[in-house]
Amino acid sequence: MDRNQMNRQLANMRKALFDQGYLDEQFVQLEELQDDANPNFVEEVVTLFYRDSARLIQTMDQTLERNPLDFAKLDNNMHQFTGSCSSIGAKKVKHECSQFREYCRQRNGEGCRRTFQQMKKEYAILKKKLEVYFQYVRQVALLK
Amino acid sequence: MDFYTSQTQTIKSGSSSCSRGGDVDQFPTGLRVLVVDDDPTCLRILEKMLRICLYQVTKCNRAEIALALLRENKNGYDIVISDVHMPDMDGFKLLEHVGLEMDLPVIMMSADDSKNVVMKGVTHGACDYLIKPVRMEALKNIWQHVVRKKKIEWKDKDVEQSGSVEDGEQQQKASEDVEYSSSANEGNWRSSKRRKDEDEETEDREDSSTLKKPRVVWSVELHQQFVAAVNQLGIDKAVPKKILELMNVSGLTRENVASHLQKYRLYLRRLSGVSQHQSGLNTSFITSPEAAFGSMSSLSGLDFQALAASGQLPAQSLAALQAAEFSRSATTSAISMPITDKRNIFSFEPPNLRFGNGHQEASNNTKQVSLLQGVPTNMEPKHLANLHPAQPIFGMNGNSQVNQSNSALMQMNQLQSNRLLLNQTNGSRVPINQSSHEQTLMSNAIPRVWTPKGVERGTTYGHVSQGSSMVDFSVKQSTELPGTSFPLLSGSGMSTLSPKPIFQGEVNTEVRDLRNFRPGYELVNELHLQKTPDWSPQNNRSAFHGSQNSSFRVKDDLHSVFNQQAVSATTMSGDRKNVPVNNGFFSVGEGQNNTSNMGPVNPLLAYTSRRVKSESLTDPGYQSNLLSESFGHDDHYLLSALLKQQQDEVLPVDNDFGFDGYSLDNLSS
Repeated sequence: MDRNQMNRQLANMRKALFDQGYLDEQFVQLEELQDDANPNFVEEVVTLFYRDSARLIQTMDQTLERNPLDFAKLDNNMHQFTGSCSSIGAKKVKHECSQFREYCRQRNGEGCRRTFQQMKKEYAILKKKLEVYFQYVRQVALLK
Repeated sequence: MDFYTSQTQTIKSGSSSCSRGGDVDQFPTGLRVLVVDDDPTCLRILEKMLRICLYQVTKCNRAEIALALLRENKNGYDIVISDVHMPDMDGFKLLEHVGLEMDLPVIMMSADDSKNVVMKGVTHGACDYLIKPVRMEALKNIWQHVVRKKKIEWKDKDVEQSGSVEDGEQQQKASEDVEYSSSANEGNWRSSKRRKDEDEETEDREDSSTLKKPRVVWSVELHQQFVAAVNQLGIDKAVPKKILELMNVSGLTRENVASHLQKYRLYLRRLSGVSQHQSGLNTSFITSPEAAFGSMSSLSGLDFQALAASGQLPAQSLAALQAAEFSRSATTSAISMPITDKRNIFSFEPPNLRFGNGHQEASNNTKQVSLLQGVPTNMEPKHLANLHPAQPIFGMNGNSQVNQSNSALMQMNQLQSNRLLLNQTNGSRVPINQSSHEQTLMSNAIPRVWTPKGVERGTTYGHVSQGSSMVDFSVKQSTELPGTSFPLLSGSGMSTLSPKPIFQGEVNTEVRDLRNFRPGYELVNELHLQKTPDWSPQNNRSAFHGSQNSSFRVKDDLHSVFNQQAVSATTMSGDRKNVPVNNGFFSVGEGQNNTSNMGPVNPLLAYTSRRVKSESLTDPGYQSNLLSESFGHDDHYLLSALLKQQQDEVLPVDNDFGFDGYSLDNLSS
């Protein structure tokens, strides 16, 4: 594949992420921050997000296993997690987070657990997609 | 300053916030931002965004660290951006700390966009509230918050300096650089002041300029002006509108004053809790109409004088009491003190002059007490009622030659206070010319000048002439003696002595009644801080231990600010009433018949005096400095003693500010 083709491929991948709702406008903001000083800024931030949020998710997992559920704590943790998700533009993940918080407010333990699992799924899917995407970005960059 | 000058120019050129790709040169490059967020992802993004805006970014992920950074380098940052939800400290708490201690603009951020949280940010004084995820556009404009604050500060300085003798060239230059000149601002201010009566909401917009609702920088000077105004009005009558008018600071809005007043009240409440603990006397004062601020706990002769001044005691009895007190102190009981010495005092020469006279007395003075009164602390509490007027004077007099009787000192103080009072009230009472007045005053035991009523009684006090002398005095003081502001302030009204820094340290104070206000501590603290630049270390060491060093670092300009404040207070009052500088300090407003507000007595003085007695303040090095230094040094010494006492009793002094510890303790949170 020549460079043009790769570029097009990359653009398509990116577009799909947006079209399919995995990413939102905030991701574009991150891209705009990328410059010569930080040529891999977006990847760097996404990596940072996944690394840091793993900790939060683990905490929430543990909290969800307790009985009775500490909704306040769950809501608080999820609030933090939501902030991170939104900062990288993880749209679907953020949606699940909102759902989760709504269940917390309703003190719906089952709803919380369900939503949390859903959130983790989206979280993992996005992670995979972005890994592929960034790998492609790096390859295209090498071609230049 | 350069930064802001260029900033102004940028504003003038009409540049708006620049877009990501364009006009980067219009950014306030180098703006020093401290960003605090426990989320590393957000932190990294913010850092990058701010760097692209050409700001100088410092990031930290913990509020405690942020506070430490800010305290360590008070002038090292221009603006703080903080997340609301943080594990170690609530963002609003950090906001309060920063607002009070450093008075920097703070922007809050949160993923939570619910109105109540945003409102909380606003009410806590955040100058902006950003919803996460934060966009570049939002950050581009944060510099305007810094500029607004600076402009207000400049305008304040212009107002303060307009009548002062002090050399404010630098600031005036800065103000000239500001898009809106001070005169223009003042003009706007006055006209908008009128409009204020009609519509307080619109005045903000009509007022000069820049400030839509800028966050006001409550500099020390400004706070002192505020306190002076509050004292003048009396805490009960101190409504933002009137305070605003009294302060006469362009660019200040009623809302600014209102929110500051709220904080101040909390602060006083907290103090009252402390002061009541220390002296049970407050209540007695409060009831007295003339006793505006009752927190004079350890008042001694000063109180006596104040009480007399307030007209509660006939002159003769006061004199007698004083004499009695004095004799107790084993000094002269003569009411008629050597006039020659006192004369210096009364002529309101610069403190250093007075000190010159009293060089040898210095040690006496300290022995005598404290502060200035030299009145034995065995005075009964009831006498403490109306301290303040005498206090400042006291302080001043104390240093001077009162080696003799305390009564003499007291008299002098009385006289001075009377004079101040007289001047302030413009009472047409005693047409005594200055020189004779002084002497007359001297011979009179108690000038009851403290209140307007008192003035009437004090027929022996010349007023108008005094007024002018007072003005001169104050001006002189401010210009000549960096530290003099304290004496003036202390005399006039304790409240004014609590400069911003001190106040700021009190985050969650619950002061309900200003009368219980016991600024002594703060005053000392403030003074102490202020004096740091001017004083040799040994002075500080006398009473201030531990954290003093750090506290000194805190406000380098406090000292000058303080002076300015004194001067500005004079100026302010001068504009309105031809009243001497002390106007601000004396709660008794000029001609305001502020009978209910004696102004905060100078608890500091009283306090210190007591303290001084109990402590051996004879630090030779200090004393020599005392003698050679301006009046302020005395105060410093005393204040230090007071502060130490307070610290020992009340506050842990581990933080930069003694009151920091206190305030932190108070923070419940």
